[in-house]
Amino acid sequence: MFLLKLVFRNAFRHRLRTLLTITGLAIAVLAFGLLRTVVDAWYAGAAAASSARLVTRNAISLAFFLPVSYESRIRAVEGVTRVARSTWFGGIYQEPKNFFPQFAVSPAYLDLYPEFVIPAEQRAAWTRDRKGALVGRQLADQFGFKVGDALPIKGSIYPGTWEFVVRGIFDGADSGTLTRHMLFHWDYLNETLRKKTPRRADFVGVFVVGVDQPDNAAAVSTRVDEVFRNSLAETLTETEQAFQLGFVAMSDQIIAAIRVVSYVVIVIILAVMANTMAMSARERTGEHATLKALGFGPGFLAALIFGESAAIAAVGAAIGIAAGAPVAAFFKQAAGIFPIFEISPDTIALQVACAAVVAVAAAVVPAVQAARVRIVEGLRSIA
Amino acid sequence: MLVEIRNLAKSYTRGGQAVPVLSDITLDIESGDFIALMGPSGSGKTTLLNLIAGIDKPDSGTLRVDGVDIAALSEADLADWRAVHVGFIFQFYNLMPVLTAYENVELPLMLAPLSRAERRARAELVLSVVGLADRMKHYPNELSGGQQQRVAIARAVVADPTIIVADEPTGDLDRVSAADILAMLQRLNRELGKTIIMVTHDANAAKAARSLVHLEKGELIVSS
Repeated sequence: MFLLKLVFRNAFRHRLRTLLTITGLAIAVLAFGLLRTVVDAWYAGAAAASSARLVTRNAISLAFFLPVSYESRIRAVEGVTRVARSTWFGGIYQEPKNFFPQFAVSPAYLDLYPEFVIPAEQRAAWTRDRKGALVGRQLADQFGFKVGDALPIKGSIYPGTWEFVVRGIFDGADSGTLTRHMLFHWDYLNETLRKKTPRRADFVGVFVVGVDQPDNAAAVSTRVDEVFRNSLAETLTETEQAFQLGFVAMSDQIIAAIRVVSYVVIVIILAVMANTMAMSARERTGEHATLKALGFGPGFLAALIFGESAAIAAVGAAIGIAAGAPVAAFFKQAAGIFPIFEISPDTIALQVACAAVVAVAAAVVPAVQAARVRIVEGLRSIA
Repeated sequence: MLVEIRNLAKSYTRGGQAVPVLSDITLDIESGDFIALMGPSGSGKTTLLNLIAGIDKPDSGTLRVDGVDIAALSEADLADWRAVHVGFIFQFYNLMPVLTAYENVELPLMLAPLSRAERRARAELVLSVVGLADRMKHYPNELSGGQQQRVAIARAVVADPTIIVADEPTGDLDRVSAADILAMLQRLNRELGKTIIMVTHDANAAKAARSLVHLEKGELIVSS
């Protein structure tokens, strides 16, 4: 009790210095949490992807499409239960900063994605309307889309203004499901292309393939690709998760850099904190010598320093962690590029661990010095 | 004899060279005495006081306090011994600035096997003895120099130590406060029988003591 009293009073006796250190620590812990969350958000798509669905694409590159005629041949492969078409549209809603993904899909797509929950009447309305669009809940919330709204999209890959009508809003089956995208009929895209640029018609970006058993995914992949071996457009079939991770891998170095920066932030605040503790301990050499003269042992003095460091780190970390949720929500709204941007329990645990490491590491040298202070020399420092 | 010093020597290393500070000191101090250690700067009086108080160790010789050879004790044992046997009064008071007068006085009792109520009773008693019963909740920076030194005296006596060591206790005080502190030390010695060893370079302060030890260049010149 007495030790705690002394620790807290010591921690706040230089209020400005302590407040600046706490502020720095809070910002560092917050920045660490946000940077880790950026990395998590990057992987969110892959995390939400299923390993029971396959994606078949052109073996050369995603930039090359596959003939729509492949669909029936894929469906005939042993172990395949369903096949859906999906083509990246890449259009712009009103202005470039409003970017969100749009996919031209065949109706079977929704059967392959049971995690997209949509009322039956909305799905039926979408099926009936060639220009109908389905928007995810996150997207609808962001732009205020409602069923029945006109949704004009300016094509960038497919020129012209494409008119859609929102026919349904789908929810995620759980909080990890990304619903910040739009689906519309592949047939609408294809028919329009047939009229305007027939050369581009009857091609599909990727086929999403359902398999009878997840354990069969590898074998089915091999069989699908075998069908198209030595054809004009060879295929590469992989699980949806591997497909998504392939995208993430393109940003590997950026992610690695973000990870490094997140730890650099902690190292910087460790240096600041160590400086604060060293200054505090040095200023109190006389007090430490007095305490030792009175009979307090080296352990008590070390505990004073560690306790003070822990108190400052705890307050700073608590503020940084508490600020995480509202700042992440603001960042998600302001940046608008991450559909899921929430600080995870794992990240909070890491924030706590980093604060604990900072508290201990910053206090080690000052604590050892305080514990070893020679009484006679320490008392002389007062004079 | 409370303090028995035989052929005590102490030197410090300065710039790689051993500089003798005390040489061949032999001195006895009786229980209940009030000794003033005098001498010019660098004569070794504070070093001798530190050795008697167990916060420094001699190079050679023997130093017994209340029958204990304190030079032979380990650091941990010496710390325990100081907590029980020595009360400190410093020139610059050395109070903990974040603790109130009461808490500063209570400090040495934290190392004693006492209940909170017992600690409170003893701390309040000694604070009233030094005339600061109404200043218990004041922090050191809210007290005058003389009052701070009275708190330090209360801290020095609260654990009822065997000896009280005072290093220039009036060195930072004005004349009136200094006289007040010296009178208080005399009271402690005469009324409570406390053994006090005081370092001072002030002849007037030394008059408060019962006996005088004069050091010069690390040697005992006169003991009276």
